[in-house]
Amino acid sequence: MTWVLVFLGGMLGAPLRYLTDRFVQHRTGSRFPLGTMAVNVLGSLVLGLLTGLAPSTGWQLFLGTGFCGALTTYSTFSYETLRLAKENARTLAMANALLSVLVGLGAAVLGFGLAALWT
Amino acid sequence: MQPRDRRELGAIFAGGALGTLVRAVLSELFVQDPTSWPWVTFGVNLVGAALLGYFTTRLQERLPMTSYRRPMLGTGLCGGLTTFSTMQVELLKMLEHHVYGLALGYAAASVCGGFLAVYAATALVRRVRIRS
Repeated sequence: MTWVLVFLGGMLGAPLRYLTDRFVQHRTGSRFPLGTMAVNVLGSLVLGLLTGLAPSTGWQLFLGTGFCGALTTYSTFSYETLRLAKENARTLAMANALLSVLVGLGAAVLGFGLAALWT
Repeated sequence: MQPRDRRELGAIFAGGALGTLVRAVLSELFVQDPTSWPWVTFGVNLVGAALLGYFTTRLQERLPMTSYRRPMLGTGLCGGLTTFSTMQVELLKMLEHHVYGLALGYAAASVCGGFLAVYAATALVRRVRIRS
């Protein structure tokens, strides 16, 4: 049962990441990878909230490990940072790395804080 | 906005679920203490980044664009295997436990490590390709 929940969460998270990324990149039309940043920040917010709320193990596996884990991505983030650096957009590459980590952490803290207000 | 086709979305669906499952099994096997180095997350992120570099370079330069391998292996498998949100929550817990040096080291090592993993994998694929 445990693995089914993780599997289902991953099945939802990964395609949602793809669709969100496409939507955001299409809207902004920028070489800056805002789409990946959007899913990473959103996933960090939800996981922070979930960590604070501490629901049953089933929900944590489905929403946390499965959904948030698959919605966010480290590989694409690394790949896009390298791509920017190779395109001689070093400032953008640095900005992507720093902003992703700082805004992502801020989102996790915010989610965690919201959960504390809630409970 | 419609995806290019449903099969592409299906490929991401399958790859993503599989990558997520591998990560979940590993994190279940090796449970982490919030004040120690999160080897599981760190490991899957570096391996996933290297694999994405490998798949993207190899599939982009070698296979026709109609292939579903790239969405399945790259966007799906690598995306599902790696995670950004878990890393952020691990950082949050490190800060909560006042292990600031560990948090800073982990964040820096993850960013630099992921970057180097993609770089190394890409360079390796190109080198092998030239020789063959």
